[in-house]
Amino acid sequence: MSGSPFRRVSAMLYRHLALYRGSWPRLLELAYWPVLQMLIWGFTATFTAGRMGTGPGMMAAGALLGGVLLWEVALRSQMGVAISFMEEMWSRNLGHIFVSPLRPWELVAALLGMSVIRMLAGVLPAIGVAYFLYAFNLFTLGPILVLFFANLMIMGWWVSLGVVSLILRHGSGAEALAWSVLFGLTPFAAVFYPVAVLPHAMRVVAFLVPASHVFEGMRGVLLDGVVRWNELVAAFVLNVAWTLAAGVLFARQLRQARLRGALLSVGE
Amino acid sequence: MHAIEVERLTKRYGDVLAVDAIDFAVASGETLGLLGGNGAGKTTTIAMLLGLLIPTAGRIRVLGHDMAHDRFAALARMNFSSPYVALPQRLTVAQNLRVYGHLYGVRGLERRIVGLADELELTEFLHRRAGQLSAGQKTRVALAKALINRPEVLLLDEPTASLDPDTGDWVRTWLERYRAETGCTILLASHNMAEVERLCSHVLMLKAGRIVDRGSPDDLLTRYLREDLEEVFLDIARDRRQATPA
Repeated sequence: MSGSPFRRVSAMLYRHLALYRGSWPRLLELAYWPVLQMLIWGFTATFTAGRMGTGPGMMAAGALLGGVLLWEVALRSQMGVAISFMEEMWSRNLGHIFVSPLRPWELVAALLGMSVIRMLAGVLPAIGVAYFLYAFNLFTLGPILVLFFANLMIMGWWVSLGVVSLILRHGSGAEALAWSVLFGLTPFAAVFYPVAVLPHAMRVVAFLVPASHVFEGMRGVLLDGVVRWNELVAAFVLNVAWTLAAGVLFARQLRQARLRGALLSVGE
Repeated sequence: MHAIEVERLTKRYGDVLAVDAIDFAVASGETLGLLGGNGAGKTTTIAMLLGLLIPTAGRIRVLGHDMAHDRFAALARMNFSSPYVALPQRLTVAQNLRVYGHLYGVRGLERRIVGLADELELTEFLHRRAGQLSAGQKTRVALAKALINRPEVLLLDEPTASLDPDTGDWVRTWLERYRAETGCTILLASHNMAEVERLCSHVLMLKAGRIVDRGSPDDLLTRYLREDLEEVFLDIARDRRQATPA
């Protein structure tokens, strides 16, 4: 009697969905920040576009709103994993989970599944706000949008695996990173401006951040009408490398936590 | 046939030796008590048996599986309950049992949940959030979770801590009956000497990470010339009296 990996991953998804079903503040929190961001940046873009004139102003506004929406994909994906893990920690449930037949990779798969659900619950309302208030349709980017989404989600995931690893190592002292770490990468992600405007030293860092390649690609489609495949390939290769590194870090910190006995007391 | 075999099990945290090369085995269907003061190594030993903690040295086999290399095969056939962990408080009792039933791959899960709720007198609380239950009700829910997969090995860390005498007695009676009916092997860590005396066929006395004595409760009482295990415990904890030779 050990069940299948699919059943165990589904059990963890059920656990988190049941939590959201019984907690409207959690549900509200999912969409609150992305919608708020869209409201603030949407009016800013409208104002700027009005000053710049119809043609260039509309293009700049489109790039800005596209950047806001796509960056939320990375942010929500990262928080989706980290907060779902911390829910287990806050409820002192990790000890139960780690002595069940759930494998660590299955736990990660469930966290990623929750991340997708949380991301969609947050970003889709913001996309709706952009469409209805500012007449900006993100889907005009076309099918390439799927690759932009995928790359940004993967980036959110490996960043969150790093955050979870730090929580396993340092306990609740590292919790704040779940909300702040990706914001720290925003200057290098070239969300609102091209990498070319950065000083040389910052450009080197930006080159290593997959999101910077995604946003260069997005501007290519929105402003120049071309798909820059080289940027997408660069983003994908970097994501693979960073995911492997984060996976190794997670596995090592999990083993360290089992050596230190931290799984019974993590959170303190 | 031994359900649990432990050889030279050691756990060291830096300079602190939490568990010092202990050996023991638990026969199938037996209830073994781990007794010792705070910091004696009971919870550390249980955590190593569950794979939550990697030993510094030694070997653990549970139901024939080496816990260092094949722990998931054993974990599917074990379960545990401890006051140091909790179930998600915002989930209902039924939701919690459903999560763990799926994690352990329980067949006929809904029937199992209804049956356990009936046995543990939880039926009226099934749709109540775990966080809204009293300490006694939470203990019964924790027990239901620990039994959801019909474990062959059950590890219980202070199962009646913080319960009133009536509820504590109810849990002990229930555990006695469950072991008799299923032949489950139980390892029990407790500070409650009367509980250990009542439930356990063998007892390990731990002190500073080492097994300082072992035997059946009757055997220990005879050798220490005492009326109850609490006196034996105090003799060992305070180095008051040596056991007479068996």
